[in-house]
Amino acid sequence: MKAAVVVFPGSNCDRDLAVAFRNAGADVEMVWHKDTELPAGVDMVGVPGGFSFGDYLRCGAIAANSPICKAVKAHAEQGGYVFGVCNGFQVLTETGILPGALLRNAGLKYICKTVGLEVETSQSAFTEGYNAGDVIDIPIAHHDGNYFADDSTLNALEGDDRIAFRYTDNPNGSRHDIAGILSENRRVLGMMPHPERAADSGHGGTDGQALFRAVVGQLTSA
Amino acid sequence: MKATVHVMLKNGVLDPQGEAVRHALGALGFDGVNGVRQGKVIELDLADGTNEADVTAMCEKLLANTVIESYRVEMS
Repeated sequence: MKAAVVVFPGSNCDRDLAVAFRNAGADVEMVWHKDTELPAGVDMVGVPGGFSFGDYLRCGAIAANSPICKAVKAHAEQGGYVFGVCNGFQVLTETGILPGALLRNAGLKYICKTVGLEVETSQSAFTEGYNAGDVIDIPIAHHDGNYFADDSTLNALEGDDRIAFRYTDNPNGSRHDIAGILSENRRVLGMMPHPERAADSGHGGTDGQALFRAVVGQLTSA
Repeated sequence: MKATVHVMLKNGVLDPQGEAVRHALGALGFDGVNGVRQGKVIELDLADGTNEADVTAMCEKLLANTVIESYRVEMS
């Protein structure tokens, strides 16, 4: 199973994401934002956390218009897997690969702490290593993680079982306590919390490990 | 030719920064303010031949996120 992790100027979780994929058994290649295509045979694209382009204009807006993002969008449209974490989730909403947008946290503060997430669905390659209803501890570190979508979009997400994770104690004002959502074909996951920071016993928590093992395992056996 | 683009959060989208400004005004004794919305103004110095339709395209593609923001273009 081959994964590519995108690197933008200002990405700072790119190597953490690569390590998490690699420890789960994936071959990982890094790709630069100016690249116009993904490496041949890539199954999964990771869009990492950080502050791409200094968060100028809007978080993720400039990254979303970079050359590599055209290739990422084409990969997703062809049924490829994409995983966006934190700033990567913001990039995926800015590209339109996932619906909604991430606003400034309701309390206006940057929040860096470990939070409880309820797994809402095990019906995806990313979440099949959990049971729906499990509560896992995963760190968040963001200033703009307040998920917003209009009522009809939220109803569609709820109705199609596309909410992957919900905060047990909403830290940022996200509508419907949403921490992560799936695409319509369930092959794209965007989430604000950082499972790659809870994927090794040295991290102080390993609740994120099951996500990487599940999706890498699923794509390796496919 | 210059274009001024005003970008605002849409009505119905919570504006935590505007709310914080409203609270701060209240704390200073300006109690006659019912609400504050904070947006941004982007000034573009346009090359010859760039018209309003081009600026609108720029807004749709990059300058505003129309999921959460509305925009208004002024040409001068």
